[in-house]
Parts: sequence; structure tokens; C-alpha cells
Amino acid sequence: MSSDLNELYQQLILDHNKSPRNFGKLEHATNHAEGYNPLCGDHFTVFVEMEGDLIKDVSFQGSGCAISKASASMMTTAVKGTKKEEAEKLFEKFHSVVTRDIHKEVDDLDDLGCLGALAGVAEFPARIKCASLAWHALHSALKSNGAVISTEDPKLN
Amino acid sequence: MNPSTETIVKEAGHGSETRLDVARIREDFPILRQNVHGKPLVYLDNAATSQKPQVVIDALAKYYSSQNANIHRGVHALSELATYEYEKARGKVKLFLNAAETREIIFVRGTTEGINLVAQSYGRKFIKAGDEVIISAMEHHSNIVPWQLLCEQTGAVLRVIPMNDDGELLIDEYEKLLNKKTKLVSVVYLSNSLGTINPVKQIIKRAHEFGIPVLVDGAQSTPHLAVDVQELGCDFYAFSGHKVCGPTGIGVLYGKAHLLESMPPYQGGGDMISSVTFEKTTYNALPYKFEAGTPNIADTIAFGTAIDYVHNLGLKAISSYEHDLLTYATEKLSAIEGVRIIGTAKKKSSVISFIMGNVHAHDVGTIVDREGIAIRTGHHCTQPVMQRFGIPATARASFAFYNTMEEVDALAGALLKVKEIFGS
Repeated sequence: MSSDLNELYQQLILDHNKSPRNFGKLEHATNHAEGYNPLCGDHFTVFVEMEGDLIKDVSFQGSGCAISKASASMMTTAVKGTKKEEAEKLFEKFHSVVTRDIHKEVDDLDDLGCLGALAGVAEFPARIKCASLAWHALHSALKSNGAVISTEDPKLN
Repeated sequence: MNPSTETIVKEAGHGSETRLDVARIREDFPILRQNVHGKPLVYLDNAATSQKPQVVIDALAKYYSSQNANIHRGVHALSELATYEYEKARGKVKLFLNAAETREIIFVRGTTEGINLVAQSYGRKFIKAGDEVIISAMEHHSNIVPWQLLCEQTGAVLRVIPMNDDGELLIDEYEKLLNKKTKLVSVVYLSNSLGTINPVKQIIKRAHEFGIPVLVDGAQSTPHLAVDVQELGCDFYAFSGHKVCGPTGIGVLYGKAHLLESMPPYQGGGDMISSVTFEKTTYNALPYKFEAGTPNIADTIAFGTAIDYVHNLGLKAISSYEHDLLTYATEKLSAIEGVRIIGTAKKKSSVISFIMGNVHAHDVGTIVDREGIAIRTGHHCTQPVMQRFGIPATARASFAFYNTMEEVDALAGALLKVKEIFGS
């Protein structure tokens, strides 16, 4: 099997796909947003409970491929308990890693923690949208509650 | 010009019955010689688009190298040559579909434009508020949305023939839908996401008992089944050149002459007029009334070459070989634990859609791609079909006459890798 496939479908990702964390509707959500990919049908709703600037709780619901589901799951574990600003910074960093030029070395994956497991997505251009779908939904939930975002929105790409 | 064209095509050999020499045929397709991710390319996405034989690629180059001029408007030699080649392609399509007349062949960009033409020209003139248009539950978006647009514009109502769990249309239900308000039936011949061959002849016969015209969406059927529009009795038939080994951007709308005559132009411009003053414009005769502006000359000519190519192999031989491929693939894939085939109609052709346990189709697609195998994953522009089966997407392998049994084996092998990775 090719090594980049092993990199893409590594154990951590398969585990988050099989047993997604923070999966389901959040009862006390203050914000939520839907993200969908009309090209493949991936569809997630991200729920957030804000306390001032703090993401007190976060969850997601929906269906999609292993990459989109694992990414959503890992995102919730990464941003729960962080400040809104930190979550946005993390998204920026994550986005730059998965959309990087694959011929260049990745510098500091350490900041990303377990999210670094998704760095291999950059080798699969068709799958970058899968990895970033939930993040776009989170960003949207934080910015404008109740929004629906599509991966095909030119503003996202 | 046309009689001589017919002779050329007929002499080229009508529907050869001999078995295909697939190894030799593959040599005609330069794209198949390459490796993808270090493995020999296995192209199983023919329902999305077919590959092109060298003769078609050469026809494009030849046109631009030695024949390029605008058509229908020059007295110079090149313009006459380009016009001759362009109209020769129309003659080939006429024979390919066995249309009664060459003027019944309208060149369009593809199936989608053909259907939109009928919806906007025939539909806007003859379909009014409260009238009904019937489509089926397995239509591609291109045979749904043009009718929804028409319904929004006119106040007509869209009715849908349901299907069973095997992906077969319920003909009894269809017959119940037909009534005096029905003004048009538009159905797909061969489903691109399920592989079902619909009983279009029967569908047409029933509609005609009510005097209702029928459009057949031939996007998927044309490269796989022999089509005779007069034998089918359809009133319109639309298909795309790029799925019949031709270039993209060229397709055909066949329409019965008396219907096309009764329809207003779809677009206005040059070539579709016979005279223009600021007070009044007289439209050109068929088929030019529906071909406004400089058409896609190069691709049309190369499309004619593609039709010759397919015709010379013989549609019967193609259908028969592809049936063997589908039967073999169905056996191979069914034997893999966790694979569920979506679309199990008794009559099928060239398409096998499937899901694999809890593994999403996109993950299946990515993993088999790394084995050099191209399949389509997603909803195949048939979201209502996915909703009907309660699934978000399928993986789809679709065959052409240049595919081999070994390629089916390669797919089955790659699917085992999917199971390995996902541990299912």
C-alpha cells in the first residue's frame, strides 16, 4: 500500500471516524451552523455553547466520509474550552497545513496537536474540502449563528 | 451532399456481429497506456465520460491544421470544405440513430442542452399552468431541473414515476400518472447511477395512446445500446458526444420533424435566420433554426469520426461484451463481504454502483485511485436516487468496450485493500 495512503488513513483518524467524540446535538448550544459539500453529500452541523468568549462546549452531528468525520471529531476535542480567538487561530493554522504546497516541508506541526494527523490530506487535493468542512462550519457558527455554508462557496476556497 | 455521406457510412460496415478484439481496440486509445500512481491506469469512469481513440484526436488536429473556416457562409474552398465535413457529421448521426430525416438532427452542446432546448422551446409554447410533465425517480439532474424551471415559469406540475428497491420503474404507477393534463414525458433510457435499462418503448407506447410526446434521455444509453429512434418511437432523443468516444461540448437533440417545425427557436443569432430586418425576422429551416451562431465545428466533425469508430465496432458486439463485463463484475463484487450493489434491476447495462459497509464512497474512491483505478464516487448528479435508497453516495464502476476482465479483477483487489484499511 502506498505510504501516503497510510499517512492519510492512520490509526488516529480511523479511530475518530469509528468513535467520533462530541457527536450529537448540544442541548445548551448558543450557536450552530451547517456545513455541507454539495459535490459529495458530506453534511455536518456544528453546535457551540459560548460563555462570553469561551467555547464552553462544542459538538457535531451529521454524516460524511472518514476524513470529514474524523476532522470534525478532532476539531471538537481541540477547541473545547478554548477562547474563540484561539479556535480561529487554530483553524488558520490547520487550513494552511492541509492546503500547503506538498513539495515543501511542514514546519511546526506541534502547535496542532492531534490535528497534525490530518496533515497528510494535503497529498490528496480532492479531499482537502472534506478535512476543512467542519472547521468552516465552526467558523461560521462563531461568526453568524444559524448559517449554512457550502464547500463550493468561492469565499471559502 | 447527404446521399453520398450515407453511402460512406453504410459501406463502413453496419453493426458487426463479430466479437471485439479488446487488446487491439485498447491500442486505439493512447490515454490507456499510462500509469497512475505508478500502476497501470484502470479507467472505470466511463459513465462520466469515455476516452477518445486516436482517430478522434487526429480528426480534431486535422480540422484545425487544414480545414478550419466558418461554415454556411463562405464561397471560398475552405468554408465549403468545413461546411461539407460539418454536415457530413450530421448525416452520420442520422444513420446512427436511424432518424427518418437529416434535418431532425440538431447539434447542441450535450444532453443537458438538448433537454433544456425542448423544455424551453416546446415547453414554453405548449405547456401551460395546471398541465403536467412526467419524469422518473431515477433521472439525472439534467432531466429534472429543466422541467422544474419550466414548471416555475408556466405553473405546470412535475410528476415522478416511482421505482422499486431494485431500481426498476413501476410501470403500473406510470400508467396511473398519465392523464389529459399530461403534456410531456421525459425519461432516461439507461440510468447513470443504477445501470437500469428502462422499458422506454413501452413507456412511449402508453404515452402515445394519450397523444403525449416523449423525450428519451440517451446520455448513458447511446454508447452502450443500439438505438433506433424510429423503432423506439420517441419524439425527442438527446445524447452527448463525449460519452460516445467523441469530444466534449458537442451533443445531439433528435426531434421528429413535425414537432421541431412547430417549436419556436431556442436562441437567436446568426445561421438560424433566413432574413432579418428591424421589423421582422424569418427563421431558417430545420435544423438551422435551432443552431444559432457559429457552432462547435471542430468537435462536431471529430464527433462524426467517433460515431464511425463506434459504428464500425458494432453496437451489438459492444453491448454483448459489456454485458459480459457487467456480469463478471457483479459476481466479483458481490463475493466481497460488505459490498452492497445499489441497482439490481433485471435489465442492466455497463454500470455497477455499490456501497461498502460503513466506509464512505469517497474513502473507497481515494483508496482505489492509489491503485491506479478511476471510479466515480458521490451522488452521480442523481440526488433523488440517493435519497430513495437512503444513502449519501455510492462508488460506481462504469464500463466501456475497452475495459477488460483483468481490470475488474484489479478493482476487486483494490476493494480488498479498502477493507484492510478500515478493518471491516
